[in-house]
Amino acid sequence: MSASNGKKLTIRSRIDYADFSLDIDNELQLKGVTGLFGPSGGGKSTLLRVIAGLNQNAGGQVSFAETDWQKESLFVPAHKRQVGYVFQDARLFEHLSVAGNLRFALDRSGPGEKNNSFDDVVDALDLHSLLNRGVAKLSGGERQRVAIARTMLSQPELLLLDEPLAALDADRKREIYPTIAALPDRFGVPIIFVSHAVDEMAQLTESVVVLEAGRIVAEASTEKILSRDSLRGSIQAFEAMSVLDVTVVEQLESLHLVRVDHRGQSLAIPSHAGVQNGAALRLLVRAGDVVLATEKPQGLSVRNILSGTITSIDPNPNSAFAVVSVDVDGAVINAQITNQAVQALNLQSGKNVYVLLKAASFDRPGA
Amino acid sequence: MTKLTSRLCCLLCVLSQNVNAEEALIAVATNFFNSAKQIESSFERSTQHQVTLVSGSTGKLYAQIRHGAPFDAFLAADQERPRLLEGSPFGVRNSRFTFAIGQLALASASPEVIKADAQESLRQRPNGPFAIANPALAPYGDASRKALQSLQQWSALEGDIVLGESVGQTFAMVATGNVQLGIVALSQAMNPGHSNAVSYVRISTLLHESIRQDAVLLSHGKDNLAAREFLKFLRVEVTQAFLLDSGYGVE
Amino acid sequence: MPDLAPLWLSLALAGVTTVVLLILGTPLAWWLAHTSSRIRPVIEAVTALPLVLPPTVLGFYFLIILGPGTTIGNFWVQVTGDALTFSFSGLVVASVVYSLPFMVQPLQSAFESMGRAPLEAAATLRASPLDAFFSVAVPLSRHGFVTAAVLTFAHTIGEFGVVLMVGGNIPGKTRVISIAIYEHVETLNYAAAHWLSAVLLVFAFTVLFLVYALKRRLAIRVG
Repeated sequence: MSASNGKKLTIRSRIDYADFSLDIDNELQLKGVTGLFGPSGGGKSTLLRVIAGLNQNAGGQVSFAETDWQKESLFVPAHKRQVGYVFQDARLFEHLSVAGNLRFALDRSGPGEKNNSFDDVVDALDLHSLLNRGVAKLSGGERQRVAIARTMLSQPELLLLDEPLAALDADRKREIYPTIAALPDRFGVPIIFVSHAVDEMAQLTESVVVLEAGRIVAEASTEKILSRDSLRGSIQAFEAMSVLDVTVVEQLESLHLVRVDHRGQSLAIPSHAGVQNGAALRLLVRAGDVVLATEKPQGLSVRNILSGTITSIDPNPNSAFAVVSVDVDGAVINAQITNQAVQALNLQSGKNVYVLLKAASFDRPGA
Repeated sequence: MTKLTSRLCCLLCVLSQNVNAEEALIAVATNFFNSAKQIESSFERSTQHQVTLVSGSTGKLYAQIRHGAPFDAFLAADQERPRLLEGSPFGVRNSRFTFAIGQLALASASPEVIKADAQESLRQRPNGPFAIANPALAPYGDASRKALQSLQQWSALEGDIVLGESVGQTFAMVATGNVQLGIVALSQAMNPGHSNAVSYVRISTLLHESIRQDAVLLSHGKDNLAAREFLKFLRVEVTQAFLLDSGYGVE
Repeated sequence: MPDLAPLWLSLALAGVTTVVLLILGTPLAWWLAHTSSRIRPVIEAVTALPLVLPPTVLGFYFLIILGPGTTIGNFWVQVTGDALTFSFSGLVVASVVYSLPFMVQPLQSAFESMGRAPLEAAATLRASPLDAFFSVAVPLSRHGFVTAAVLTFAHTIGEFGVVLMVGGNIPGKTRVISIAIYEHVETLNYAAAHWLSAVLLVFAFTVLFLVYALKRRLAIRVG
């Protein structure tokens, strides 16, 4: 997961609108799925459109993997950039069937051998049964799968996904996560995935770029970004989170639980169908769901207790709460507790504490 | 019609000396179009020339001629436009003459409305609208107004007047019974095709200025034999007799 | 049975006008639908002007603009050897202007309701703008095209004032059916007028019926 063998995307661009300006001067190393995260109106879609060449008024420079897409007087139009774009609203062509939409892309993907063959892509997105359907009657999830497949067939070197899951309910999202997560490895194309949903970021991305008010304010691994370690409060848009990468070690079938290993300590979490021993899982823990104790508690309903050391305490002066970061065997878990509790328990950096996890959401097999 | 053809027979020898057959495009005021078509067929039977008639209102035809319409001669509904053309590069000087004098008739689709003379019919006219052609647009309309003024009926009628854009439209209003009474061209009322449509009584030509319809040779037809011959044909005795029969006056 | 030459002439005129307007009106409508230029309202207003002027008045101005003495008229004479006024070509030119709003406005609103979204999608799928226009915009705007073509065709068939002025009612050359009917009425030849009117109405109804029926089937099949 090192950034060294990723592809470099350079963006230097400034666009001014009446009430907003996008001002980017960054080089991003793209590998796997990179999240583009930030509050609504922060410029995420605008940035994607600049990258894709859909904003012809944007000056500056956009280069991808040694190729200049725009620079000084050069402007490579959208249809000549090897970039795929999946829109939030899918934008399927209503006058064509599903297969027609896919062939539209394949027919225009240029001469030479197709990296992504029709059958492979249809297979990867499970579209066999939909091929002869008109697009008007597809469900939201089906539309997005077709849109992604269509984009893959245009043989892009970079795939931009602009909140493709925004219109889907939680179950549909969960269905499509593994498909998207598998695309970079299967087709060798890096993805920029735009979202303002924390759970999508946590489930899909390896690294995250945070865009706020038109500027990139942070860029780091997903784990770091969500644990807020690198943000230091510059984002109020989401609650502090922690990401735990764990491995399944035991099925506790009668209890509908699985036991997982987190860097040597063990946790029990609700079981999901099809989770095998040895599978890597990523757990997302909300700071509000974390309880801290100075002594190992007894007689509690909470079963998941990890021990760690406090690394920082970040009180929010405008509220009753503080975020306390705890190092648990090298991973960071954030807890949101009251300032009063911080004082009463005399919490401070370096102090050993027990971390109690009331609940944990877990979804996808880790990348 | 048969009278016209028989009279034409003796003319054939006079006119058949034209060996060079030509074609001409003649612009004809709509009110004269039906008569012109009859004259055209006589003309074509007695010469080898071909004439194509194009109808339109005098004003429109005039504007078209001034903007290059390929007409060789112009049979207008008034004297004004041919006079203007004659004095311009579009007309041929000294070619203008009066080919017919229009006459008026008081007409109605209901026979009982038409009395022994116009004065009587007007005095006992039924209530409701009274149709004439627009005096501002059509010479027949102007004459209709003058006639009504001479008959001392204008002020009594004025509030009931409806105006047709042309004398053709006025005739349609009367013939369809939409207007009980109106002043139309005598030639329309006498047209054998419509003799059943309306009852009519002549209005004396002494009551209004005469509606002189002039023809003029146009520059486009300056050297067109067919056009020149057709204009000449309008003045031969047999045509004049036909015009008198059709409700026109001649000079 | 009256002479049907005016009917065929009207059909030829409406057909040629519709084809010419499809070629000229489509780029104009496209530009109007997509430009953010400040002169857009000016062009939109100019496009709608033929709806305002009485047709005979419009025809009168055509006579002035297209006559052999003018730049346009003279150019036409130089190129073709014929005058533009009182000819079939002149009727086409006049009809194209006269029917312009009937082509441009349905197309413009079709393009506007389609929006840029499908075109952007096409661009990111490597379709050049021209390719995207023909393979995406045209099929998605097909109802707009059908409506525009039908309105233009019907409007040109029914056109009267402009043609009467510019064409001069010359049999076989510029006497279209509307003028022929008018002439029959004006010269009190009502029987012939009724005949021609009936032929025109039956024909127009048949064409319009077929087009609308087809349009409906098109919608069901594709939708």
